[in-house]
Amino acid sequence: MPYIALARTRLAVPRSMFAALPYFALLLVALALPLAGQEYWTVIATRAAIYWVLVSGLNLVVGFAGQLAIGYVALLTLGAYTASVLVERAGVHPFLALAAAAVVGAMAGVVVGLPALRLRTFYFAMTTLGFATIVTQVALAWTGVTGGGIGVPGPSLAAPFDTAQGFYLLCIALAAACTWMTLNAANSRFGRSLVAIRDAEVAAEACGVAKARLLMLVFLFSGALAGIAGGLFATLQSYITPDAFTFDLSVLFFIAILIGGRGSVLGPLLATLLLTALPEFAAPLVAWSTFLYAALLLVIVLLVPGGIADVLDFRSRRALPSGRAVVPRIQLLPALLSYGVSRDDLTLRGIALSFGAVRAIDGLDLDLRPGEVHGLIGPNGSGKTTTLNAICGFAVPQSGTVRIGGTTLPLGAAPRRAAAGIGRTFQTPRIVGEASVIDNVMIGGTILGRATLIETLLTLPRHRREEAALRDRAMTALRLVGLEALAAIRADRLQHSELRFVEIARALMPTPRFLLLDEPAAGLSAIEIERLGQLVVAISRQGTGVLLVEHHADLIFAVCDRVTVLNLGQTLASGTPAEIQAHRDVVEAYLGR
Amino acid sequence: MLASIIASGLALGAVYALIGITYNVMFAASRVMSFTAGQLGMLGGVFGALFVGRLGVPGPVGLVLTLAACAAVGVLTEIIAVRPVLASLEKHLYVLSTLAAALLIQQLTAIEWSTEPQPFPRLLGLGSGILDEKFWLPVLACAAVIGGLEWMYRRTLVGRAFIAIAEDNFAARALGLPERRLRMASFALAGAVAGLAGFSSGQLLLAFFANGAMLNFYGFVPVALGGLGNNRGAVLGGLALGLFQQAANFTVGGVFASVLVFTVFIVVLLAAPQGLFGAPAVRRV
Repeated sequence: MPYIALARTRLAVPRSMFAALPYFALLLVALALPLAGQEYWTVIATRAAIYWVLVSGLNLVVGFAGQLAIGYVALLTLGAYTASVLVERAGVHPFLALAAAAVVGAMAGVVVGLPALRLRTFYFAMTTLGFATIVTQVALAWTGVTGGGIGVPGPSLAAPFDTAQGFYLLCIALAAACTWMTLNAANSRFGRSLVAIRDAEVAAEACGVAKARLLMLVFLFSGALAGIAGGLFATLQSYITPDAFTFDLSVLFFIAILIGGRGSVLGPLLATLLLTALPEFAAPLVAWSTFLYAALLLVIVLLVPGGIADVLDFRSRRALPSGRAVVPRIQLLPALLSYGVSRDDLTLRGIALSFGAVRAIDGLDLDLRPGEVHGLIGPNGSGKTTTLNAICGFAVPQSGTVRIGGTTLPLGAAPRRAAAGIGRTFQTPRIVGEASVIDNVMIGGTILGRATLIETLLTLPRHRREEAALRDRAMTALRLVGLEALAAIRADRLQHSELRFVEIARALMPTPRFLLLDEPAAGLSAIEIERLGQLVVAISRQGTGVLLVEHHADLIFAVCDRVTVLNLGQTLASGTPAEIQAHRDVVEAYLGR
Repeated sequence: MLASIIASGLALGAVYALIGITYNVMFAASRVMSFTAGQLGMLGGVFGALFVGRLGVPGPVGLVLTLAACAAVGVLTEIIAVRPVLASLEKHLYVLSTLAAALLIQQLTAIEWSTEPQPFPRLLGLGSGILDEKFWLPVLACAAVIGGLEWMYRRTLVGRAFIAIAEDNFAARALGLPERRLRMASFALAGAVAGLAGFSSGQLLLAFFANGAMLNFYGFVPVALGGLGNNRGAVLGGLALGLFQQAANFTVGGVFASVLVFTVFIVVLLAAPQGLFGAPAVRRV
């Protein structure tokens, strides 16, 4: 098989070693810079390091979570004034003031981020813009504290940080720490969930990603970093006025991330350095710098939406072997799925759901039993997918109950279904195209993680243990569906049929008690459908209750233990495949024989 | 004071409403919210000051030139920032491409025109005090635009084609409507509407590059509150915003007025993300 050879050559060397190289190279250059004896370069590099402290956090918001926060200069301003005013007017120790700036930044980060839970793209971008305007105006008007247009001196640090070089090294140390922490976050369930929210929000919810909580955590973290950056910025400027915090800075931060590439840490880091240094190489460019950033943004968006990270991603340009076939290894199932004694049914009683005047489901009863495959068929518009959505919480029935054993599941509340033991796939695969196949599968295991964001940022033992276990399990799931050779490949390079099996692997990650498959055979070849059928039966025999929504009647009758036929949102018939095949109404309404 | 509040509130409100209509006109044809709406309004003031003030062109000719120039910039936006994005898979990139276009316009104006507010010439020389033309010209412009749009949408074939495109893009194209040309036309129209807003409010807001960002935000507020694509909501919202802002301005002062407007905006938006008169969200799965 061509797969195996591919896997050996690609995975032989630990990728993390290669991945860490550019960062160490940058750090070396940064540490060697003061030796050049050009103090001006050191000042520019200090500024770049401070910007990166902010951008590294913002990167999680913009690059990973895909939230278009364009007004982040507001948080820099708040941090700068908090640190300066505390030192100047209250005599607080500069490092304490810096900590206070982090706290204020974190709180403001949540205020800025809160609307993201309700508002989409342009609307959210506008609210962050509005916030930035307000902060500048307040800084100008609140003269008693901020000094208004006259300004306030920035905090001066004690030795050894009172020299340009000492301060530079402090900023480099902080920038390096930020890089390390955001890399840790990026390669964790937090980073994966953020990207899933960005590119496949519905799938993220089905995997149990708690969007609100996660986004708030990230806004807290990025706000704290922005606050610290503000305090350092004030020290660098040595005197701050509202003029120092122009909107151009916001543009720089935001554009650095987009030019760098979404979902990358190295890309935005390089872009931050580039954008900070660019105007310094030619003095006449200074007036045009924002114009150039904007032009660069336009070019990037239109020509290279993936940014620098995409240009540097050489691996994804190598051709994948053609003629690949998905061959599941059913014998691996016991390693992945093992259940305790719970033998509860999933029961739907009297579910009714209408969209406006259209009754999509009209009083439906359904029982899914562990260890059985239950087929759900019916003509288009008969309510199959809506039934599935009602179970998963994506559609909210007007009446009826969904229960597992004695527990009633709240209607709606999709993100809580994964923990209740319900997994699903989608009619068109919902995959994070820019993430690797194994990362996609690991998103399915989000609810297995217990480590907090702090543990993750600092890679404490519990995080490392969980991450290793999750990766192991995801690899097993990929071996089960026969895709382990593609584990490290970007998911958007896979064929449609392979994506279907990636979705199944993802859904199996948290050991679901009930697995709902929405037309899994659509777009598969005859041989693939046969293998899918074997896999589905094998999964159910491990004790999983499977609900199979399908149009391929052959598959349904080959693998199902029981079949329910829907028509116009009601049960037309229900029984064993043999009974259904002999049912007159079904034959007339659906099978057309 | 009440008279001043009403005069300046209605004037500014009319400008916000016109920028809101600009957003709506662009959105209707392309499903794109463009950051250039406010910049086009700013350009209306700058072009007006350039043609009438600096070059000494007679007022009516200056108006026509300004509208034409703004319409041209509108079309240019469509070509460089909207069309390529609509052709790509990730349509939400429009937020970034139009932001880039808006920044390009703003920075170019700052560099080539001025970073300081420049005077705008008196146009008619009518009225004084609170009846000064600078207060009622924007209101007049707003009324003219609403009347003109109503007439166009109801009575003309082009207007009906616009509605068809806005209502159901695919169906309109299946009927053989030239979707791309209509989109360009609507961006030209949006440019002209924003240009008129900037031109008519030139004496009030002056020809200042930073007006673009300001109008962008305050023009968006009525759209967000009134519901996307709802011109009546935009006009009501715009006038209410202008009056509220000016009332707060005169009573508690500029900064608090801004903070107040922003707070109300956020709270209403969080309570009703689709706006007060908008439609609920669509099904996701």
